[in-house]
Amino acid sequence: MIKGLIAKKIGMTQVFDENGQAIPVTVLEAGPCVVTYVKVAEKDGYDAVQVGLVERKPAKNLSKGEAGHLSKREIQPVRYLREFEIPQGVEVKVGDELSVSQFEKKELLTVVGTSKGKGFQGVIRRHGFGGGRMTHGSNFKRAPGSIGQCAFPSRVFPGKKLPGHMGDRKVTVKNLEVMEIIPDKNLILVKGAVPGSRGGIVTLRKG
Amino acid sequence: MQIMHELEKSLMNREHPEFRVGNTVKVHLRIVEGSKERIQVFQGVVIAIKKKMNRTTFTVRKVASGGYGVERVIPLFSPSIEKIEVLSAGRVRRSKLYFLRNRIGKSAKLREVRRAQ
Repeated sequence: MIKGLIAKKIGMTQVFDENGQAIPVTVLEAGPCVVTYVKVAEKDGYDAVQVGLVERKPAKNLSKGEAGHLSKREIQPVRYLREFEIPQGVEVKVGDELSVSQFEKKELLTVVGTSKGKGFQGVIRRHGFGGGRMTHGSNFKRAPGSIGQCAFPSRVFPGKKLPGHMGDRKVTVKNLEVMEIIPDKNLILVKGAVPGSRGGIVTLRKG
Repeated sequence: MQIMHELEKSLMNREHPEFRVGNTVKVHLRIVEGSKERIQVFQGVVIAIKKKMNRTTFTVRKVASGGYGVERVIPLFSPSIEKIEVLSAGRVRRSKLYFLRNRIGKSAKLREVRRAQ
């Protein structure tokens, strides 16, 4: 079986480990998921498995494309679709179900999500620039400073750290330990923080 | 939110004798030193209880030898707590007794014991 799931971030709390240490955990409502499509290299260019998060969504809210894609394979409407790699030697077929019980306690996961949007931010918050002094007649407070030279190269290099939109992008966090699994509620407790706000959709992978 | 509430409730999985702010308590704590485990007793006045479901903590203050105030913040549902003994109750009118930190000596520190009901 593939090791992957789509999950919803519920919130954070703490649990105690066997040494009595309080461990911060993120609560994720993961799955149940269903395999909606299997991509094959000959046809789609690469091998992957498309997985949908089973959640009530009225069929009328699906777009025609989504509805056709799912009904063709006789799958109930799903709200979110994500893709996962297929490990070598693993057989998957459309309609296979995935749940939290595929993971084990102490296993390390990779969590991918969309970080909280911070809006248009300056260079100090976005890139950690030092900035200038605030007092003693300072004319250089939070500005980025020089962004290049004049005669040569007489342009700004691509990738120069400047103010702009921060957050709301794909963030991957690796090696988060599974602290607890509650299969009958589809909950998985993962050590540490997970990108995104509560209610955000993340994907879980092994490793 | 509902899920969170239920989960946190299920994590409140220990029973302790009821105690309030102002009570003097004896907390028996399991201390692990290398491979050995022993019980340490911490006795003092409960000066604060911060209620947050399974993350509830309480603060115990004692005055150690040399007149140094020592405070410990203890998670109520910590498995390290062997047991809690409630020794006496002080008469208090507020929920956080942080003013005790600025007081020294017997007259300022000790509180009246509430009459037994």
